Amino acid sequence: MELAAETGFKKPCTVIQPRKGMFQLDLISVWRHREMLYFLVWRDVIVRYKQTVIGAAWVIVQPTITMIIFTLIFGKMARIPSDGIPYPVFAFSALLPWSYFSQALTRSSSSVVNSSNLVTKIYFPRLLIPLAASIAPVVDLFFSFIVLLALMAWFKIAPTWGLLALPLFLGLAIMTALSVGLWASALNVKYRDVGSIIPFLIQVWMYASPVAYPVSMVPEKWKLLYSLNPMVAVIEGFRWAFLGKGSPDLTMMAVSTAVVMLLLFGGIVYFKRMEQTFADDI
Amino acid sequence: MGDVAIRAEKLSKRYNIAKLKKRHTTLSELIAETLKSVLHQNGRSGKSSETFMALTDVSFEIGQGEVVGIIGQNGAGKSTLLKILSRITEPTCGRAEVYGRVGSLLEVGTGFHPELTGRENIYLNGAIIGMKKEQISSRFDEIVDFAEIGKFLDVPVKRYSSGMYVRLGFAVAAHLEPEILLVDEVLAVGDAAFQKKCLDKIRNASKNGQTVIFISHNMIAVNSLCKRVIWVKSGEIVEDGPSADVVRKYLTKSVQDRDLSEEVWDSAAEAPGNDMVRLRRVIVKHQDGRLFDPLSDPLTMQTPFRVEVEYWNLVPAAQLHITLHLYNAEQIIAFTTGNITTAAMPSGLLRSVCYFPGDLLNSGSHRFVVMVVKDTNCVIYSHESRVAFDILDVRERHGSWYGKEPGVVQPVLEWTTEYLGEDGARGQF
Repeated sequence: MELAAETGFKKPCTVIQPRKGMFQLDLISVWRHREMLYFLVWRDVIVRYKQTVIGAAWVIVQPTITMIIFTLIFGKMARIPSDGIPYPVFAFSALLPWSYFSQALTRSSSSVVNSSNLVTKIYFPRLLIPLAASIAPVVDLFFSFIVLLALMAWFKIAPTWGLLALPLFLGLAIMTALSVGLWASALNVKYRDVGSIIPFLIQVWMYASPVAYPVSMVPEKWKLLYSLNPMVAVIEGFRWAFLGKGSPDLTMMAVSTAVVMLLLFGGIVYFKRMEQTFADDI
Repeated sequence: MGDVAIRAEKLSKRYNIAKLKKRHTTLSELIAETLKSVLHQNGRSGKSSETFMALTDVSFEIGQGEVVGIIGQNGAGKSTLLKILSRITEPTCGRAEVYGRVGSLLEVGTGFHPELTGRENIYLNGAIIGMKKEQISSRFDEIVDFAEIGKFLDVPVKRYSSGMYVRLGFAVAAHLEPEILLVDEVLAVGDAAFQKKCLDKIRNASKNGQTVIFISHNMIAVNSLCKRVIWVKSGEIVEDGPSADVVRKYLTKSVQDRDLSEEVWDSAAEAPGNDMVRLRRVIVKHQDGRLFDPLSDPLTMQTPFRVEVEYWNLVPAAQLHITLHLYNAEQIIAFTTGNITTAAMPSGLLRSVCYFPGDLLNSGSHRFVVMVVKDTNCVIYSHESRVAFDILDVRERHGSWYGKEPGVVQPVLEWTTEYLGEDGARGQF
């Protein structure tokens, strides 16, 4: 028995007391609970594919239909330029990270409230909840990635070496979703109307991101302000990684990344502060 | 022993009542409130004073391997204390040191997802309550056996009966084997067999040297499982000591708070009755006439006692007698008893006393209806007495059943068992 073996050693001591400083982030305990994180992600993924009748197909159908609509409306009717790339590929390469982002944000913002039975009964680092909700939709991204490759093959566009940088931009996308998700999920515990604001926010956010149009359409003097939106860097990065055209503007990348880092750090601090009363408020 | 498992120093928890009352404020309300308080400078006054101390300066030390019961009325702060120790919520001030891994049986089935199968949920739930994957894998078969779910292992748990659901949840929780086990009112859920499993688990845990904190309203279970009991009232520790003492004090205190031990009317004009008879006093006493002292000398299942009824007879030479109908808490008449007589009673004050032996009634609250009967068969007055008496069960139990025994009476009867020889069954009959 493990217990018998352990009794010989000094038992680990947990000190329970009200938290003092603002910046006790305690990220080590998140690392210690990584196995639970794995199982939470695994649960989200399995449940998502079990509940739907057509399963995996659903995550392909949704962005594909959006892509078709975008192609018809923005590509054909509005004749929005697409930097010389066939519009369907242009739109889909952006819809890939965008669908992930909107999924991750939607799920993570309601994640803590939806886990009330866990939060009120068991101790674990609460950060795991929005973290798992932000990671799980990556699986969807993988499926639509295959569709994009097929689409590129159809239009005879060869993938470039830039593809190797994709994990970097994926990481940035996850961090962006997580940083906003942290704020939203913690706020949602106290103020339930956050849940109804998020879908609206996502909609507005999409038009503020280069999903349907290229960054090149944005006037030069607005570029810096525009790049405060971290999804600009993510989408530009994805496009560049897939299509190899128009290498991303480094200043914009740097600004976007800095904004994400700031949002993320603030999000963690805010979340950790609010988590103390989750069990009482939820 | 000797080593400390939990040390709590002046733990306090304050809740904001205003917040509890209105649980989910909306952003728009927040904005409205803020505007209001800006417009009326004194808008915030009075709000902050609405706090409630769920725990106040609670300090104790629990040694490794100790099994400690926590008792108290609902809302006394027991569960808050457990939530703080399991780190679900933070104390407002004070500190606690917890040595070793904490697990609790209040999380039975927590985190189960209805769409997942039993197998998947075992892994998920195990991970959620803090087991490592290898740990779950190595105990997987044990867990399945314990849960008795057999062929339903690969069926989504939404198809499970509630019994199977709880069994599976408990099976996972029971195999966590933490160094410190926190149990909150397991006896409130599940059937008798499930409760027995829970209690066996607690008993085994203490045998294995695990520290157990056990919250329950079942005093019989607390008394039998725990050597030490902490009594919490309004967020403070009232008493901390050997179980039998503390449980007895707690029970008698709650009896004292609730029950009337005597009904008395000083003037015949105000007393219940009619123009033939008026009651003067109804009282429960010791066999020898002493009054019960709920603290030092309570009424237990073993104690013989007597019920006295004093009444004014207003009709000279009436043939009167008293009949008592004894009710238990379930409103079942345990029995009736009367001193049927054909003797003529003079007018004036009379007293009838009924003697109850010990080892007769079951535990629990009892009350009675007092009837004055004329001519042996005609009830001339019936009074539902407000006198209630709680019969305490403070016996030590050695079996595995800790609940209240069923039945209205619990007499101690003589039993014999004889050995009839090896081939008695075949040869003699």
